[in-house]
Amino acid sequence: MKYLLLIYHNPQARQMWESFSEEEKAEGLALYAALNNDLAASGELIVTEALEDPSAASRVSVTDGRTVAGDGPYVETKEHLAGFYLVDVETRERAIEIAGRIPEAAIGGVEVRPILTYSALEM
Amino acid sequence: MTAATDVEGLLHDLAPQVLGILVRRYGEFDACEDAVQEALVAAAFQWPAEGVPANPIGWLVRVASRRWIEQQRSETARRRREEAAAGLDEGEADPGPTRDDTLALVFLCCHPSLTPASQVALTLRAVGGLTTAEIARAFLVPEATVAQRISRAKQRIRESGAEFTMPPPAERHERLGAVLNVLYLIFNEGYAASSGPALQRVELSSEAIRLTRQLRGLLPDDGEVAGLLALMLLTDARRPARVRDDGSLVPLAAQDRALWDGRAIEEGSALISATLAGAPIGPYQLQAAIAAIHDEASSTEDTDWRQILGLYELLGKVAPGPMVTLNRIVALAMVRGPEAGLAELEQAEADPALAGHHRVDAVRAHLLEELGNADAAAEAYRRAARRTLSIPERRYLEERARAATARSG
Repeated sequence: MKYLLLIYHNPQARQMWESFSEEEKAEGLALYAALNNDLAASGELIVTEALEDPSAASRVSVTDGRTVAGDGPYVETKEHLAGFYLVDVETRERAIEIAGRIPEAAIGGVEVRPILTYSALEM
Repeated sequence: MTAATDVEGLLHDLAPQVLGILVRRYGEFDACEDAVQEALVAAAFQWPAEGVPANPIGWLVRVASRRWIEQQRSETARRRREEAAAGLDEGEADPGPTRDDTLALVFLCCHPSLTPASQVALTLRAVGGLTTAEIARAFLVPEATVAQRISRAKQRIRESGAEFTMPPPAERHERLGAVLNVLYLIFNEGYAASSGPALQRVELSSEAIRLTRQLRGLLPDDGEVAGLLALMLLTDARRPARVRDDGSLVPLAAQDRALWDGRAIEEGSALISATLAGAPIGPYQLQAAIAAIHDEASSTEDTDWRQILGLYELLGKVAPGPMVTLNRIVALAMVRGPEAGLAELEQAEADPALAGHHRVDAVRAHLLEELGNADAAAEAYRRAARRTLSIPERRYLEERARAATARSG
């Protein structure tokens, strides 16, 4: 089963990160490296990416067949998507276990979303 | 010219035999598997244009051996082994594939040190002869993910010190259980995916049936191997009737039974009858027996639900599980009425594996509908629709919710 693990940031999280010493930052990144390594080894990782700051985002709208890209979100949102993991795992419990290893989980910033499938057994 | 599909089928059959010969010759399952994969790709490219060689196994062994030696050459640290290998005459008479080679290969691919996902990928490639790309398409994951799974699986096998031999008799029963589970997973993945945008997925159910047939050829006296093959045949027989052209699901009760594959049903039924008469009973045989009763009935009403109930009760003792519990309740309701079913459903929900499960709501909705309680049925169908992760199931359940609402009017 595939799950999308969404990592959210908020201003407090960012302030916390910025207050970290170089060693503490390196420690945080090492946690990510170890997680990525383990997931690659188990064959569960499909893809993981970190996202650029929301200020770099474009909002797209199509009117009368014309595609227009405007500047990022208009309102300053409290939380923003900062990265994600797409994993293919045996159970929901396993997806939650993996989510728990994402450093942002310590501040409640990780969400686990199951992916809908086109599979179905006999009803 | 030979049809590419014929070549593909032939290559899938020959793959484990060629790999068996190579591993016996050189050891190192890991490197041999890569070499055989390259030989298969070369054959898939050349044979359709140039014709199948007179001795296809010999051709594949020769090409794979050459690849293996090239691999060894490129690793200077292994120079000594390369020299030893180069000394081997590539043209020497092949000892011929042996029955035990293929069996040992299957056991190795389903080694207990691997996760089920890795066992599945490795079995499909090493035993089934599928390419990494085909496996990736079948499971809707990127090719890199499958390649990673396979290479790590092989590394794991190497680290665990597993050998290319038959497991000792004391372990064989348990190891065979893992093999059957892998084949069952492959089959289910294919069967469940026969709806939705699945046109490009290679036929995993047929692949699972082919591999299980092969395993049965190797272990003709094992009741569970026969039971699994019968279960697959009897389930797959309903495939033409279970999905409409628009991809929507047709439940068993509403399927046009004339569309079922009569030959597969005949083969599966004969196989399970013969097996039940002789072998010690097991979960796959019981599930096959249940499938046979469904397949042989001309309608839901004509189905021998009493016998199905008995078989589910037996299955609940041999191999209990949440879906067995739920299916037993469906059978019970058919025999003793929807109220009896609803009462048991309430108890069953105490099992954490079933609490909040969309199938519980779907069964409850169905039983409420039988009782004529359309409002509550619609509500339960809607709850089931919200909880399922399957798009075709969701569409089906929403449809039933609408129908129930219309009736309650």
